[in-house]
Amino acid sequence: MVDNPDSKAMPRSDGRPAILAEGLKKAFGKIKALDGIDITVQPGTITAMLGPNGAGKTTLVRILATLMRPDAGRAEVAGHDVMREPELVRSLIGLTGQYAAVDENLTGRENLEMVGRLYHIGRSLARTRATELLEQFELTEAADRASRTYSGGMRRRLDLAASLVARPPVLFLDEPTSGLDPRSRLALWDIINGLVKEGTTVLLTTQYLEEADRLANFIAVIDHGHIIESGTSQYLKECCGGDVLVQLHLSDRAQTAIAGEVLSTFGDGKVQTDEQAGQLSMPVVDGTTILPELVRRLDARGIARYDVTLRQPTLDDVFLALTGRTADEVDAEAAAGKPHQHGRRPS
Amino acid sequence: MSTARVEGRLSQLAWTIPDTLVITWRSVLRFVRLPQLLFFSTVQPVMLLLLFNYVFGGAINIGSVPFKYIQYLLPGFLVQIVVFGSTQTSVGLAEDLSRGIMDRFRSLPMSRAAVLAGRTLADTLRFTFLVLLMVGVGYAIGFRFENGFAYAVAAVMLAVLFGFAFSWISAFIGMSVKDVETAQVAGFVWVFPIVFASSMFVPVESMPGWLQAFAKINPVTVTTDSMRALSLSLGGAVWPHLWKSLAWIGGIVVVFLALAVNRYRRIA
Repeated sequence: MVDNPDSKAMPRSDGRPAILAEGLKKAFGKIKALDGIDITVQPGTITAMLGPNGAGKTTLVRILATLMRPDAGRAEVAGHDVMREPELVRSLIGLTGQYAAVDENLTGRENLEMVGRLYHIGRSLARTRATELLEQFELTEAADRASRTYSGGMRRRLDLAASLVARPPVLFLDEPTSGLDPRSRLALWDIINGLVKEGTTVLLTTQYLEEADRLANFIAVIDHGHIIESGTSQYLKECCGGDVLVQLHLSDRAQTAIAGEVLSTFGDGKVQTDEQAGQLSMPVVDGTTILPELVRRLDARGIARYDVTLRQPTLDDVFLALTGRTADEVDAEAAAGKPHQHGRRPS
Repeated sequence: MSTARVEGRLSQLAWTIPDTLVITWRSVLRFVRLPQLLFFSTVQPVMLLLLFNYVFGGAINIGSVPFKYIQYLLPGFLVQIVVFGSTQTSVGLAEDLSRGIMDRFRSLPMSRAAVLAGRTLADTLRFTFLVLLMVGVGYAIGFRFENGFAYAVAAVMLAVLFGFAFSWISAFIGMSVKDVETAQVAGFVWVFPIVFASSMFVPVESMPGWLQAFAKINPVTVTTDSMRALSLSLGGAVWPHLWKSLAWIGGIVVVFLALAVNRYRRIA
């Protein structure tokens, strides 16, 4: 319990995790958005929740950010229980959701000052922080224009800035870069990396393996409200996606089986086969060195006409390896509302 | 309840007023920043007042009362303006909900009542402006308060307070429907019957019996009658109407404030 009033605005730093969830469950009608989630995030690290639409990522963030109560389980953020001490938790977190949650009729500066005052950091500090953040997020020129006139990227930056006004020790970012152009995405990644260097703990959700790879110390792959695999980016790629993916597209679909045999001699990974399309793929450790040997062996088996591609694994590949379905198929199932599949969550 | 939780609640209470003022400021800026919205939401009631006065004025027979129609019309019209105006509260809140800014507010350590109270207060400021404007237009086309300045001020304040109360009903609806267009449509569904099944346009006695029963207790009737009593020398005694109006206002605010704030806490 809080004995010292000053400790209110401080996270508990007695070696406890910054974010802790145990057995979180949440259902919307028959749809189980979260079906027993456990996570631990150490202070000063980034954890990425990676999963397709409807996997439960947003529900998890909303529970941790005190916007929603779980049906079962418990969670602590910065050492405080999200259900028993939501007021304290709110003063220690920043949240950036999927929509740029800014007031369109206010200027960028007014938005930040308003959020600062609602964090109760005082009018003058709110003003100072607004100026600092506008500078840091390259919004100074547009600072006194209504945010209605901002581009999508500028709004996202303003939204992220708003969640940082009170320098919260824990930050939740729900798909912070979805819908952003590549340049804005890179800029946001830089900002997020900078925050973590200064000691902020970040939990972010994303649909992009690349994003999780670039930012996170730890990645949890989430599907149907379960964490189906977790670990470092390196571990996930090795277990599930491979460093590089070799992909074959055969002209003669009848040769698919033989090609699969050949491909499987190049590693321990699972060969994914699409006989209809004459396509095969497999994760390998070092693509460039095996390529000449692959060509030779295919040639020896009489396979001569094909395209071969090396590419970075995507979320699809990790998903395919972990669940046997691509993320797109998961989406399609959700949209079709098939039974036994957890559909797209409302909101 | 743990001490931390009690402390959290107490500090929330203490911050209710400052937080509410921040949200009021933010909501008022909406009118300032959208001058077109302000223009048309001002022109519309002026137009309605002129239409009612000149189109219906000659035709609507108010019995033997030797009034100019505008004398009969305006006190009730002020009530109608704030009741229709209050539907905007739900639209504004539904807009905040759909744009995600409500999530931002709910994730901040701010008072749980402030987002709604700030909006209803901002709308109350708008009602004050509208009511004074309508009184001005009324004066230009022949309306006169007949009971002196103090009663005139009381009439204006009553209309504004009534609007404040209805803003809370509207806030509850806005938090319940969560969608801008539905909020707009829903607003008219509940507002039309209470505005028209009242003493605002025609005497209650001219309605069929079952409707009279509703019209007599209708807060719009009660408040229209209070407004007439405050404004007109022939409007009758003030207190028998006014206490009922104030009771309605108090009751509506207490009930719908609680309901709306409860919704706000539980939005998923």
